[in-house]
Amino acid sequence: MYPSKFDYYRAGSVSEALSLMQQHEDAKLLAGGHSLVPVMNLRLATPPVLIDIGRIGDLKGISSVGGSVKIGPLTTHAMIEASADVPALMSQAASGIADPQVRNRGTIGGNIAHADPASDWPTVLTALGATINIAGSNGERSVGATDFFQGLFETSLEENEIITSISVPSHGEGTGSSYAKLFHPASGYAIVGAAAVITMSGGQCTGASVAVGGLTECATKAPSVEAALTGKALNEATIAAAADAVAGDLTGDILSDFQTSAAYRKAMVKVYVKRAVSAAAGI
Amino acid sequence: MGNYIGKVVKRVEDPRFIQGKGRYIANLNLPGMSYAAIKRSPHAHANIKSINVEKARNMEGVIAVMTGKDLAESGLGTLPCGFTPPDIKLPPYPALAIDKIRYMGHGVAVVVAESRYLAQDALDLIEVNYEVLDAVVDAKKAREEGAPQVHEETPNNTSFYWPIGDKEAVEKAISEADHVVDLNLINQRLVPNAMEPRAVVAQWDDFSGEMTVWTTTQNPHVIRVLMSAFTLFIPENKLRVISPDVGGGFGSKIFHYPEEIIIPWLSKALNRSVKWVSLRSESFVTDAHGRDHVTNCKLALKSDGTFTGLYVSIHANMGGYLSLFAPMVPSALCLTLLNGIYTIPAIYGETYGVMTHTVPVDAYRGAGRPEASYMVERLINIAAQELNMDPLEIRRKNLIQPDAFPFQTQVALVYDSGNYPGLLDKAEEVSGYQAMRAAQKQARGEGKLVGIGVSTCIEACGVAPSKAVISLGAGVGLWESGSIRVHPTGMISVFTGNHSHGQGHETTFAQVVADELGVPIENIEVIHGDTGRSSMGLGTYGSRSNVGMAALSKTAEKIREKVIKIAAHQLEASVEDMVYDQEKGEIHVKGSPDKKKAFGEIAFACLTAHELPDGMEPGLEETSFYDPENFVFPNSAHICLVEIDRNTGEVEIKKYTAIDDVGKVINPMIVEGQIQGGIAQGVGQALWEHGAYDDQGQLLAGSMMDYAMPKAGKLVDYQVDRTETPSPHNPLGVKGVGEMGTIASTVSMANAVMDALSPLGIKHLDMPLTAEKIWNAIQNSGS
Ligand SMILES: Cc1cc2nc3c(=O)[nH]c(=O)nc-3n(C[C@H](O)[C@H](O)[C@H](O)COP(=O)(O)OP(=O)(O)OC[C@H]3O[C@@H](n4cnc5c(N)ncnc54)[C@H](O)[C@@H]3O)c2cc1C
Repeated sequence: MYPSKFDYYRAGSVSEALSLMQQHEDAKLLAGGHSLVPVMNLRLATPPVLIDIGRIGDLKGISSVGGSVKIGPLTTHAMIEASADVPALMSQAASGIADPQVRNRGTIGGNIAHADPASDWPTVLTALGATINIAGSNGERSVGATDFFQGLFETSLEENEIITSISVPSHGEGTGSSYAKLFHPASGYAIVGAAAVITMSGGQCTGASVAVGGLTECATKAPSVEAALTGKALNEATIAAAADAVAGDLTGDILSDFQTSAAYRKAMVKVYVKRAVSAAAGI
Repeated sequence: MGNYIGKVVKRVEDPRFIQGKGRYIANLNLPGMSYAAIKRSPHAHANIKSINVEKARNMEGVIAVMTGKDLAESGLGTLPCGFTPPDIKLPPYPALAIDKIRYMGHGVAVVVAESRYLAQDALDLIEVNYEVLDAVVDAKKAREEGAPQVHEETPNNTSFYWPIGDKEAVEKAISEADHVVDLNLINQRLVPNAMEPRAVVAQWDDFSGEMTVWTTTQNPHVIRVLMSAFTLFIPENKLRVISPDVGGGFGSKIFHYPEEIIIPWLSKALNRSVKWVSLRSESFVTDAHGRDHVTNCKLALKSDGTFTGLYVSIHANMGGYLSLFAPMVPSALCLTLLNGIYTIPAIYGETYGVMTHTVPVDAYRGAGRPEASYMVERLINIAAQELNMDPLEIRRKNLIQPDAFPFQTQVALVYDSGNYPGLLDKAEEVSGYQAMRAAQKQARGEGKLVGIGVSTCIEACGVAPSKAVISLGAGVGLWESGSIRVHPTGMISVFTGNHSHGQGHETTFAQVVADELGVPIENIEVIHGDTGRSSMGLGTYGSRSNVGMAALSKTAEKIREKVIKIAAHQLEASVEDMVYDQEKGEIHVKGSPDKKKAFGEIAFACLTAHELPDGMEPGLEETSFYDPENFVFPNSAHICLVEIDRNTGEVEIKKYTAIDDVGKVINPMIVEGQIQGGIAQGVGQALWEHGAYDDQGQLLAGSMMDYAMPKAGKLVDYQVDRTETPSPHNPLGVKGVGEMGTIASTVSMANAVMDALSPLGIKHLDMPLTAEKIWNAIQNSGS
């Protein structure tokens, strides 16, 4: 694997990273390198400059702030998997990402900036209603997950911007969650991923947040499913009916490859939404 | 006899592998090394209109850029084919394409540079102007009228036709049968994916005129013969081929590959050492693929389940060129196994070898045998279903009985030994078959899709007797050599023509020699993979190591004879009165255990040489060349249990039982490892792997992101057990274990999935049995 020639800089801070980005046109940030380096090795990406942010300590780690959890973009999948401070949905999803080697290197920030439609964090963060905090030369801004993911490998990150943290609201009592993933038999990425956060009260669903990914160009909320769940007593039949409503929430092209057709993915997303919701509701 | 044979001895090679100290070709760095990279065609079928290498040649750090035309003009040979049945049409296979592309991945030019990175940069500067043509990738379609033609030399894209058996008798059996199962099936294309990609380093010595080539091959001596006689034309005694630690082969590293011509040629032309290491993405499109048969087969039966005839017709996809042993795989290695472990009164098989615009196909773990077992065992399972018989019972009814050996099959081979009823009984018992069937009945009542897969298989191992393989079409005999050099201190170097690329020969061959001579295993080193050290060998594939081990056993016999003569002389006794104690490594006079000599004493006496019998030569070193009288025939019965998720079509393996008769076992741990790995590989074919092409010859499964290898998490803890009927003609009684797991598991898994789906009226699905394929079948079954 032989990438084309590039220059390498290591940034000691976010501001240094930002100024390096401004100095070098078409530079790429390097975090865990587990999405960027493979495409460089295949020469599908040929950035002339890499800016390694991997050692900026401020960008790594998990902290609780009021009613939410703040996660640094350099936090690895393995750290999230092992954390008791993040919502359970996140540690569950992290454990299904690739293998321990990848989880030890790959970061949540790199994952969402790359925005691979088959990756797991976009779906999970969308269901959790996470906020992505971003710094750029014009200062800082925050974007909700639903607006952050825009398409195939496309986010609302502007040129010369860097993700500085991800804020995730904590669940209250009576809220359960689950991520159900249909693994690609070769890559292990999601053919379909469904994340559900369900609040139950007296056998009734009082709040539902559901997102799906893997089969569409980017992760999306499933408002029809949420509407079909909210206010209902949940049982196998009501959940199945709600899951079927996901068909109406899929926008854009349904992805396919030679092993998994769009038709199969469309059928499977219902099964996996049902599984995620059932597990989240404890049914 | 002995302290080691039959025991678990930890692999002597593992400490270096586990510590990352293996010596692979990628680790080899010679002074003045230069680095090669190959420009490959992105098209499957195209005319090369022009190649412009000027920019690449002028790039700083580039030493040379050569094209297929340069190579052809230098007078080197094309890649040979070593199995040539009568009337085969054999188009030449140039190492680099000259004016036409016949598979995606064929090289068109090679760059040599001061670093591997620079070589890669230079590849991007080579401009190739292609005229892209329509391609054909399917063996059946390639023989249809109007299909794109791959070679002028092979009209209708047909290279050869290979029939065996009695066609008339089979047609009669079919027409008179109570019941006929008629099945069209596809044995899909696989990509081998050994852990270590192929690599070649060549070092030309301008002073001595010697060429040393390090190459990731399973048979360095064969490659040297081919290089010397057919491709490089360097005198064999000036050519040394070294195959050091090799990270897996599975067949794909048997063959003579283009880079084994290109890299030595460059080394000589440039008078520099040159290194080439395949990228994984290159492996996908240059390592010979496996299988890819489109088949029609029929089994004729009486209504009570007795087999009366078997008919098979195969279209075997050979790819764009004929690789070294390619024509042998779907013919002599496949159709001769159609007899299975059964009595089938009439068998006929035929194979069309078909050229297509795909990567050349050749031997892959099992090579023809898995394809044969797949046909026979699928047919039997469907017959059982249709006749409402238990799959074990229908098999039992037709087994060759233990007193029938040697057994002459209907398709050339003579089976040496076996106890097939015993094998099936053990599989039934160990797997808890009857209890599984009862549980299945209950689960089906609850609407679950639970399936039990049964299969048996037989393999002809130790691809040898030279006369037999040459009569079937091979170009060389397939014997093996083994030398034992006893050093004066009693330390022993063992030289074999076999090659270990994961099998553990350094351990098992040492076990054999240690027991034959009665010496501690620590005193023995097994040397393989170097034509400069071992005298000759035909390599390792098709469980040929039993041939190499047998050669060593013969050699040890010669050593023992000499040792006994010397001991007798020194103890003033007659040779007939000497006893060689193989447990202690001592030679004593019969009846007087104290009148003895230790093996080490005799070894030293061969150095001092003053106490040897008159006329005896000093030194203690012997060689044998062993050509077995027959193949050996390991056999197995596998039973597995699966459950299918109705909602998704996913298969979950619940249980797997493998009973194998591999003859006498040298090292049970290594045998079990071979079976376990083999099962994983066979299950991989059954459920996931597919080297799929689109209709223009683009490999769709060209990376690990797309090609689904079996993963540990998807497999289960196997129950592995054995029966043992030693081979009567192999001196050690061994049969072979390298392919058994793969052959039996592919079809037992397929049979399990189809058994699970049978209540839905689904008769057959082609592999791989992916979740989507199964889910679609469930939807279409209307349940
Ligand atoms: C074998 C394998 C299997 C995998 N399986 C899965 C899977 O099942 N599910 C899954 O979700 N993922 C999977 N991945 C991807 C993995 O999660 C990656 O680690 C992740 O997608 C990228 O994170 P990274 O830290 O490695 O980013 P990098 O590769 O370093 O960077 C990726 C991109 O993000 C940009 N970037 C990085 N950090 C920032 C930042 N703070 N601000 C702005 N831009 C930034 C980079 O410039 C680059 O464009 C797999 C990867 C591999 C190699």
